[in-house]
Amino acid sequence: MRRLQLLVPALWLAGFVALPLLVVLLLSIAQPGPGVPPFLLPFAWDGGLVLRPNWEPFGLLVADDYYVSAFLQSLWVAGGTAGLCLLLGFPMALGIARAKPHWRAPLLMAVLLPFWTGFLPRVGAWIGLLRDEGWVNGVLRGLGWIDAPLPLLYSDLALFLGMVHAYLPFAVLPLYASLSRLDLTLEEAASDLGATPATVFRTITLPLAAPGALAAFLLVFIPAAGEYVIPELLGPPEALLVGRALWQEFFQNRDWPVAAALAVALLAMLILPIRLFQRLEARR
Amino acid sequence: MLRRMLAATFCAALAVTTLPPAASAQVQAQAPAPNAAQPGAGTTLNVYNWSDYIDPYAVSRFQQETGIRIRYDVYDSLETLEGKLSAGRSGYDIIVPTSEPTFARLVRAGALLPLDRARIPNWTNQDPALLQRVASSDPGNRFGAIYLYGTVGLGIRVDRVRAALPDVPLDSLDVLMQPENARRLARCGIAVMDSAIDVLPSVLRWRGRDPNSTDAADLRAAEEALLAIRPHVRAIIASGNIMDALATGEYCVALTYSGDVIQAQARAREAARGVEIGYIQPKEGAQLWFDMLAIPADAPNPEAAQAFINFVLRPDVMAGITNHVRYPNAIPTATPLVNEAVRNDPNVYPTPEMLGRTFVATQLSAQAERARSRSWNRFRAGR
Repeated sequence: MRRLQLLVPALWLAGFVALPLLVVLLLSIAQPGPGVPPFLLPFAWDGGLVLRPNWEPFGLLVADDYYVSAFLQSLWVAGGTAGLCLLLGFPMALGIARAKPHWRAPLLMAVLLPFWTGFLPRVGAWIGLLRDEGWVNGVLRGLGWIDAPLPLLYSDLALFLGMVHAYLPFAVLPLYASLSRLDLTLEEAASDLGATPATVFRTITLPLAAPGALAAFLLVFIPAAGEYVIPELLGPPEALLVGRALWQEFFQNRDWPVAAALAVALLAMLILPIRLFQRLEARR
Repeated sequence: MLRRMLAATFCAALAVTTLPPAASAQVQAQAPAPNAAQPGAGTTLNVYNWSDYIDPYAVSRFQQETGIRIRYDVYDSLETLEGKLSAGRSGYDIIVPTSEPTFARLVRAGALLPLDRARIPNWTNQDPALLQRVASSDPGNRFGAIYLYGTVGLGIRVDRVRAALPDVPLDSLDVLMQPENARRLARCGIAVMDSAIDVLPSVLRWRGRDPNSTDAADLRAAEEALLAIRPHVRAIIASGNIMDALATGEYCVALTYSGDVIQAQARAREAARGVEIGYIQPKEGAQLWFDMLAIPADAPNPEAAQAFINFVLRPDVMAGITNHVRYPNAIPTATPLVNEAVRNDPNVYPTPEMLGRTFVATQLSAQAERARSRSWNRFRAGR
């Protein structure tokens, strides 16, 4: 029985994680060329196994500062999004955790509900709100506060609004989980001993919520680093993130090996914070 | 590139702020009564075409006449099409790639079936001069028939541009590319479609260079010209999104496809909010592009595909398509059957003189394409 239980996740991981990863790795050292599909595998069978790996894609990633800058921009956007989600999500999660029990479910629902509508309509709604002839500019103009529309869409503001809106539930849920399990008697004891509410928050609540906060940060940071759609549809033209670079290699330059190399590099970059997190957890 | 990305998906969310979207081209006619006289009757033909890019009546008529059932599917970007075909075994019988870069790449990759002209007697309806222009992408015109074509130029809000540039003739890329003009138009909104391959050749031509040049100095010249107007450009977005925003009057000037501008014009008229859209085909010479009817090499039903191409190349069918989507076709005998307003609009049907000044893009090496992508990224980033 025990073995059977392990079999399902093992099969899943082998078929849907390890195998695709292997394909991407092989692709990243393949030879690009015209054809269907547009590459030659890094090995061939010619009487015996012939290896012909192509290391140029990874060389290109290091040599061309375009990719480095794309990675840095992605890190900045992902970090900013995760930070903002944490900043917004913490008071929200705390509020829900400290609400009367019969209020908690509906409040959590309010956080989750927008998440259930499609992702694209929500991004589309932001376009409708922020465009020059959109609602925000319309209201501001109607009030007579501005006479020319503000360029809201295709800006960093729109980019971060869209990102935070899309990823906020990823931050609120782990924060709520850790805050709702927090032992309230510790806080009571601290204030009985004369700590001000600010001190209680700083020395009791915050440290105890830290693992949840870290998990929340990573849960937002990791998917945000590879995000393609939101920067493309809401962000400024100068936002050239990894997702965009990858798209460009795959579709415009039709260089699948470089696209695969980018995917591998992104994965490697994201494994680092996860490992760090595991180390911190293990030390606890 | 031609990313009309996700535009269709947004219609629902944008309904409050935009005009009613054009009716979807998704056509699902009922299976017609099989016609025993026709070869292939009772089989299915999988057509993969651009969204909003056919006359629905043509589809139902083909089914009635041949007894072949059409399963019609649409894409909104060349990338989607090329991605599916590159992986192999797409299952489609008819595809409609643009001459450059996708069609030419598919020809080179051996991904298309040579057309059997004996099975396509209507092949000769096509204008030989136009077929000649496609031959740079497909030597000998072996793999594709011309579906529709168009140019790249400027969509403008006529009244606003006249007001901002009273002394500038509206017939050239100068309207956008002269930094002084761009500066004066900046406040009312400039958009450029996000597609290196569709913008850089026109800019090269405007600078008096070879539009297909891969020379680094030429590319730098084009990049400098683009960077000079970059501070005044509001949006660098997918052409489909430009079309929507142009129709609502959000932008004054947009560098995009002729057909998109003409569709925006029609939508703006329907909305009747006083937005008048015009099209400028640059007198320096506009980029000419063709959407080609082609058959994937591994198409499951190539017989029916040839029958479909032959059907579409009929003058009456083609005229119906042009009337519906407002792009010109390459069949001269269809022109008299096209609505007068459409066929006499020089922005839809370029005059022979205008056509003479157009150029076509040619296939670039992988390195040259990457150099263009980089150059384009610098334009996007503004540095």
